[in-house]
Amino acid sequence: MQRRTLLGTAAALTMLATGALAQSDGPLKVGFVYVGPVGDGGWTYEHDQARQAVEAEFGDKVETMYQESVPEGADAERVLTQMALSGAKLIFTTSFGYMDPTVNVAAKFPDVKFEHATGYKRADNIGTYSARFYEGRAIQGHIAGKLTKTNKVGYIGSFPIPEVIRGINSAYIHAKKANPDVTFNVVWAYTWFDPAKEADAATALIEQGNDVILQHTDSTAPQAAAEKAGNVYTFGQASDMAEYKPAPRVSSIIDNWAPYYIERVAAVMDGTWESDDTWGGIDSGMVGIGEITDAVPADVKAEALALKDRIASGEYHPFTGPLKKQDGSDWLAEGETADDGTLLGMDFYVEGLTGEIPN
Amino acid sequence: MIRLEKRPEPSRAWTWATPPLAVVLTMIAGGVLFAFLGKDPVIAIKTIFWDPILGEFAFYYRGQLLVKAAPLVMIAVGLALGFRAGVWNIGAEGQYIIGALCGGAVGLAFYPAEGWYIFPLMVIAGALGGWAWAMIPGLLRTKFHTNEILVSLLLVYVAEQLLAASALRWLKNPEGQGFPGSRNLAQYPAGSNPELIAGTGMHLGIVAAFIAVIFAYVLLNRHMTGFHIRLAGQAPRAARFSGVNPARLVLFCFGVSGALAGLAGLFEVAGPAGQISIDFNTGYGFTAIIVAFLGRLHPVGILLAGLLMALTYIGGEAAQSTMGLPAAAIQAFQGMLLFFLLAVDVLTNYRVRLSRGQA
Repeated sequence: MQRRTLLGTAAALTMLATGALAQSDGPLKVGFVYVGPVGDGGWTYEHDQARQAVEAEFGDKVETMYQESVPEGADAERVLTQMALSGAKLIFTTSFGYMDPTVNVAAKFPDVKFEHATGYKRADNIGTYSARFYEGRAIQGHIAGKLTKTNKVGYIGSFPIPEVIRGINSAYIHAKKANPDVTFNVVWAYTWFDPAKEADAATALIEQGNDVILQHTDSTAPQAAAEKAGNVYTFGQASDMAEYKPAPRVSSIIDNWAPYYIERVAAVMDGTWESDDTWGGIDSGMVGIGEITDAVPADVKAEALALKDRIASGEYHPFTGPLKKQDGSDWLAEGETADDGTLLGMDFYVEGLTGEIPN
Repeated sequence: MIRLEKRPEPSRAWTWATPPLAVVLTMIAGGVLFAFLGKDPVIAIKTIFWDPILGEFAFYYRGQLLVKAAPLVMIAVGLALGFRAGVWNIGAEGQYIIGALCGGAVGLAFYPAEGWYIFPLMVIAGALGGWAWAMIPGLLRTKFHTNEILVSLLLVYVAEQLLAASALRWLKNPEGQGFPGSRNLAQYPAGSNPELIAGTGMHLGIVAAFIAVIFAYVLLNRHMTGFHIRLAGQAPRAARFSGVNPARLVLFCFGVSGALAGLAGLFEVAGPAGQISIDFNTGYGFTAIIVAFLGRLHPVGILLAGLLMALTYIGGEAAQSTMGLPAAAIQAFQGMLLFFLLAVDVLTNYRVRLSRGQA
């Protein structure tokens, strides 16, 4: 394989890097790469809100650029290169699938900083960040367990990755505590954003008798399906989805990236940026709990808010033993809490969940 | 009064004039669209069509044009053979996926061995994978007279499920901390398809696409099989009389287009994409159908059409990030291209007559 290694070296890369250096004065250029459209009303929408917050905070001192619906793979690599070439000094790549493209492009542009959401690969110029959404899932699980009359809760999963499995486990544990008879039915949509698929999944779950639907997908299609069916409750995902208040949307998990983005942009401006891994929760404000509406009985609402406060203060961890894995083996002993390493790589269901994590 | 009069024979001049005319019309209508969005239409069109070829960062984009065009051209060339013979393989996307899976699996099986023979074996496996996947609709059609359009299309969704299963279980990176996706082939020298000249994007898949164009050209113009393909498409009965075996022709067309799609998948997964991931496929197999028709089912036409399509993708991305055009506007712009092509195709088959009075 000599021919392969012989040619791939510095010359062309320097060319790339100097091309980017050509324009450095003026406002700090910050790039954002989105996996969905900014109007998805969920994940990408919140990232774009944070981008606008960065603009509002720094005014003339920043110039932001963004690109929507970028496929995860070779295309992402080109988009990132393009942003770095046109002078971006800080680039936020806001989906897990941008991990390897970010690593590849970051190696070619050592003076550009990259922030990759939900990944685990870091370098001198790549930091990672994510939010402890499972904390919000615990609260949703509690409300879902109390609200369901059929004792069946539907869950629309996106991809069976640790992030999503963590959410299912957390929601299930707390639904079960609130209502020992509850069962979860998980369907996998294999998409982050596809209103048609999400609507199909929600409709199928409702027809099977699930009267509370949780979702890890980003569109409001499940809310629309629930509204049509009536007497079905849902939760806003990633964004508040307030247009479906007070029902079917009874609460939500809101991703609030603005404080983090502003902090990181400021760090690049004053030269203090360093690669690190941030995992913020309810306490830091990165995970927000949207208004719990009056469709939820007052006592349940009070319990949910108390749970939120206990999580925020650090008094309670959503994964506290005794907990067993689905196969019956022991996981956490009485009073033991899960460590971040296990949570980050979570690839198992907790005891009581039915069905298999798909291939 | 304008009247359309059917031509006795399709006009040869218009056959070649309609694609450029469609491009011009797309530029005009697209410019109007961009103007309505409050962007300078001239700059937008220049960003899309001019900058990637001759703009400031053209040294990078020119290579990327080839990277994007190569799989489109390679797949479209194969499809065009079938389309000419009236064999409708709509499932190239699936064959592309299976080719990438088979080829990638061979490479991953050898990991971390080194050896010159590994990459050639991957190439063979990729072609065979695509070929085998295409044989399913081919054989079903010849043995059971099933509709190959439906079968080949539906097999795309089967292939996507296999892809997801591979990324999540069978080929998952054992060192990936539980996250989906295979090892990155780009970081495995014996199994990667790297840039031949660093920074240019040029890789073996591009060379292969050019070879495919030449191969198809020679086949269609200098070879008996090519004659049979054209005859079967234009005059099926005459083809029967002159000894064309329809079943063999169907299998040949499916086999060649499947193998080419599989090869395109292999070169993509080992090169620009690097990784077998859940959403590895980004629609090349479907876009190639447009490219085939835009190129008039002629190998050289397809080469040009593939480059044009790549240009709208890459220029479109540039227009998004530098001008803030929404992704949907770019997609609409690409859609217009096909729309105008089909619309002006009327001129190929009909003559426009101006007449006075009643028609």
